Amino acid sequence: MSVGEIRVAINSDQDIVSARQKGRVVANELGFSSGDATLIATAISELARNIVSYARKGQITIRQVNGLNRRGIAVIADDEGPGIADIRQALRDGFSTSGSLGLGLPGVRRLMDEFEITSQLGKGTTVMVKKWRP
Amino acid sequence: MSKRDVASVPPESKRNEEPSELLRELVAHLRQNRTQLREEWVVRISETRLLTAMTKEEIFAEATSVYDSYVEALETEAFEALQAYARNLSERIIPRGVETHEVVGIVLLLRDVLARSLFAKYQNDFKKLNRILDAYEPAANRIANTVAVGFVQERERVIRQQQEAIRELSTPVLQVRERLLILPIIGVIDPQRARQLTEQLLRGIRTNRAKVVVIDITGVAAMDVTVANHLVQTVEASRLLGATVIVTGLSPEIAQTLVTIGVDLGKMNTVGDLQGGIEQAERLLGYKVATLAEPR
Amino acid sequence: MEVPILKQGAFLIATFQAALSDADLNQLRMGLVQQVVKFRSRAVIVDVTAMDVMDSFASRTLREIAHMIRLRGAETVIVGIQPEVAFAMVQLGLTLEGVATALDLEEGLAYLNEKFKTTN
Repeated sequence: MSVGEIRVAINSDQDIVSARQKGRVVANELGFSSGDATLIATAISELARNIVSYARKGQITIRQVNGLNRRGIAVIADDEGPGIADIRQALRDGFSTSGSLGLGLPGVRRLMDEFEITSQLGKGTTVMVKKWRP
Repeated sequence: MSKRDVASVPPESKRNEEPSELLRELVAHLRQNRTQLREEWVVRISETRLLTAMTKEEIFAEATSVYDSYVEALETEAFEALQAYARNLSERIIPRGVETHEVVGIVLLLRDVLARSLFAKYQNDFKKLNRILDAYEPAANRIANTVAVGFVQERERVIRQQQEAIRELSTPVLQVRERLLILPIIGVIDPQRARQLTEQLLRGIRTNRAKVVVIDITGVAAMDVTVANHLVQTVEASRLLGATVIVTGLSPEIAQTLVTIGVDLGKMNTVGDLQGGIEQAERLLGYKVATLAEPR
Repeated sequence: MEVPILKQGAFLIATFQAALSDADLNQLRMGLVQQVVKFRSRAVIVDVTAMDVMDSFASRTLREIAHMIRLRGAETVIVGIQPEVAFAMVQLGLTLEGVATALDLEEGLAYLNEKFKTTN
């Protein structure tokens, strides 16, 4: 079974909800457990929120990925916002402190298996995360 | 590695025919003196106190088949059969507690016993002895290698199998009394298992409507930052479901390690041993049970 | 999407129906605090049973609600966090520290009943 690519434009906080709902549907279709689907939906929620908070608009792309002997889901969040000046700082872990984790990226990284980020000041940010089916 | 080994010819050979001819002669000698050489070998095995987990009869039977396989490998220079035999042998003797050094030890002993018999046979023809040894040594070493590798591989397979079995043994979430769960954790915790444990516990809390959970880690061998963080997460997630977690069995050494590496134990409600943990849990519950009973 | 707020004796019960947007959450925060003042409630139960995702914003909003309500002299209990949601929350480092939690509405009410009996 293969799942087509799903794109969700993120322009307002309403879109955050619809992006994570679609993510959960795709995760279920790909055979992820409901626990994993919750982790994926939560990660999408965080990524979409970053777009709304820092770039105002952007998009979330959700698609199936195939690796050697395994299948998974990829979520790409990209925007044309201001970009991140210090990626390393944005990824610094404020483990189990409060809800205000800044960009929340360390948390997203923990929710997923793979995490990649590219950002250019003034041009935008792209975050790609993947989770593989166990 | 076996294919290449089989294909390669001992580098000492100058003429193609000679080594295999020599090996044939060698094999014939070993076949002829089978009973005597095997006996000598068995005596040396018991002298060296190898295979102590096995009886004399077992050693003799095993020695016979090892001897025959050994000679056959010398003759055919094909190691697949020997490899299969080594695996089969390992499968039988690993459960008996035979160690790697014993298996390597007996094969090296056999190599030496046979070499001595070659010395004895060719002592008057030094040149021939040298050529025979040139043919014998590489083959013998390869046999020793094959058996040792086969044994280690089999051992690793057994270990992997056991690890999987242990992993699959789901850690039980036990209800000892109403609203009280106990989760005894034993063995090694890796991220995968930690997650499984946490999910199981959270479901258990919901199904049993547990208010207190005692996590006993007496059986946890080692604790590092990752494992400690998993434990903290489990405690936090349980609290989100309204359950209080008491951690028991935290040894002073582990506690010291955790403090040193900066794990915040303040979030954890710890009690020395399981019994103390259950007592505290009951105090917590007793208080609640008494007051909840009132409205009725 | 409106979040219904139910008055039950000295307590208020707010039930999250489904996935809430940020605007809904903000509205709820204001609404709850106003009602606590209006009814002089002693406690608020926020039932999140229906929430399938609790991200950092939702979690922060819950903490803020609890904080504001405490400033009004009342208590907040969050009930009904799903096991899977709880697991995702702790991965994100969201632990609702300092906010009372209970398994479900029934447990939340039991907790508050007991609490206000013993302090009175």
